[in-house]
Amino acid sequence: MNRIVKKLLSNTTSLIGLILLFVFVIIAVFAPIIAPPLFSDPYQIPRMSWDTEPQPPGFPLSDDMIFIYESMGEPIIRDKAIFGTAQGGYDIFYGLIWGTRTAFRIGIVTVVFSMLIGVILGSIAAYFGGWLDELLMRITDIFLSIPFLVAAMVLTTILGRGLDKVMIALVFFGWMGYARVIRGSILCAKEDVYVMAARALGVKDYSIIVRHLLPNTIFPVMVQASMNIGSMVITAAALSFLGVGAPLGYADWGQMVSFARNWIIGSPGHAGEYWYAVFFPAVFIVLFVLSWNLVGDTLRDIMDPRLRGEL
Amino acid sequence: MLSYIIRRILILPLILLGVTFLIFCLFSLLSPMERLATYINDPSVLKNPQSAQRLIDKYHLDEPFPSGYVHWLKSLLRFDFGWSPTANQPVWEAIMQRLPATMELVLYSIIPVILVGIWLGVISAVHHNDILDQFIRVTAIIGWSLPTFIFGLLILFIFYGMLGWLPPGRLSTWAQYIVYAEEGFKNYTYFITIDSLLNGRLDIFWDALKHLIGPIITLSYISWAYLLRITRSSMLETLRKDYIRTARSKGVDEKTVIHQHARKNAMIPVVTVAGMMIIRMLGGVVITETVFTYPGLGFWAASSAQQLDYGSIIGFALLFAFLMVVGNLIVDVSYALIDPRVRLE
Repeated sequence: MNRIVKKLLSNTTSLIGLILLFVFVIIAVFAPIIAPPLFSDPYQIPRMSWDTEPQPPGFPLSDDMIFIYESMGEPIIRDKAIFGTAQGGYDIFYGLIWGTRTAFRIGIVTVVFSMLIGVILGSIAAYFGGWLDELLMRITDIFLSIPFLVAAMVLTTILGRGLDKVMIALVFFGWMGYARVIRGSILCAKEDVYVMAARALGVKDYSIIVRHLLPNTIFPVMVQASMNIGSMVITAAALSFLGVGAPLGYADWGQMVSFARNWIIGSPGHAGEYWYAVFFPAVFIVLFVLSWNLVGDTLRDIMDPRLRGEL
Repeated sequence: MLSYIIRRILILPLILLGVTFLIFCLFSLLSPMERLATYINDPSVLKNPQSAQRLIDKYHLDEPFPSGYVHWLKSLLRFDFGWSPTANQPVWEAIMQRLPATMELVLYSIIPVILVGIWLGVISAVHHNDILDQFIRVTAIIGWSLPTFIFGLLILFIFYGMLGWLPPGRLSTWAQYIVYAEEGFKNYTYFITIDSLLNGRLDIFWDALKHLIGPIITLSYISWAYLLRITRSSMLETLRKDYIRTARSKGVDEKTVIHQHARKNAMIPVVTVAGMMIIRMLGGVVITETVFTYPGLGFWAASSAQQLDYGSIIGFALLFAFLMVVGNLIVDVSYALIDPRVRLE
């Protein structure tokens, strides 16, 4: 474990990844200070005006909004949209800062739960073998037969809009990779002497799996999980972009991009006039996913025995 | 070899049955009333409880699990996928009408990647150099981190918004008029790029191509980065093997070593990855078509999802699952063709 941490810190690409991740963690933790919420639900992006078209960075809170907030008895904390506003007057800066929390929540929750399901099913299949293995692996094949994004889109549409529904859909169709990886490693490891010794001593199946096999086989799965956090966040953002993800006005990066969709081309004679509406959300998504991929890529190189010694 | 292929083909219906079962389970999460909405083309029927109940009985929508599933399967076999309010036509017709546009996009995205990507990967492995290696590594990671919808918007922003070269959609209005409304234009394949050439209309060919380039780049850039990287690393590994050294020391010339001895073995992981790529593309179609408002299956499915048009998106999911299962079969068979060890298992 020490060796891995040392490698991660000494490799330039993974160091950049770790620093980026650290910045995102800071943003997520201090979101209430960086962008103080206006409503009791902090994930609802405040609107700076009723304008349909996006407004440039530095756009001040409009008079109608000041009037509304005052009559609601809310104190007015921010008076400018630093990154401009998206369509409908939604504050881009606010959405991105609080969207960082959303991204971490989506990435970590979906990966942890799908890994849990995958590890349980995969280790049961590998350890007991026989018809149980055959059955579980065929079920895995069937789940893999629908393209991931399409499957997630169908399930989210059926369950209804909302971030929790998106996460359920991502977990439901996201566990198969882990099941296959853990099954492969356990199939190899279960022939090892220490497993036979444990079995000869009469250790229960459950504790052989949990206390002997999993500690020796879980690491490749964790590497895969760290690489998947990025793609889970992308898929959730894509669902929001398609309009089946987060509800309207929820602080979510995919939604910020989908707000920008109709304005990408700009008005006649002013090409790229609304660049900020897509630029800032894109930077956040790309850097977030990139940071996970940089760390995951190095982890995979470290894990690959063929490359050991070269790094 | 033949027995392997036959065995794989025999499993196909079983997997398809499993997939329909899974999708039926998802479909069953909806109430009978919601499921009924996917079968009728006049929403006012739903307001009258009696006629609605009659239709629910007719389509066996509130029957318990086994018989409900069997009736649903039967209707699928009759190609009765229900009614799509989004397309305002039966789901099956909507699919068939949009399939050529999507196939045109997907085929034009896959073929260059596989042909040129593998060639470039081999070249870059043979002329081993560190700058190129770093470049491929970095582009692969960045490509992996750049979501399709952002990349597509970027392409649209630069090449349509700023330069005006690559417009969204499938055809310009004047060309649409000729292709769909005028008498003289004959559709042979429903691929506009091919049909326009067969009709001798170069201007329409050019117009269709301009509309295709953006979606093609968007759909395939990840695959380029990824395939190049895998081909390269696999080729490098193979070139270090002992039998390559043996061949070289026997005096076999370098061209034969690379193309006869090394490349075929290096292709084994590439085939797996190429298969995965094609599958990713099936998902990518939805986003790419939505970004470019390209009137194919993906664009239709995304609009259906927004409008809670369950019938359409169930039909879409079934079709894409079918394409994916067939795609997997092709990958497995070509895998067996390249690697004799697979056949023996």
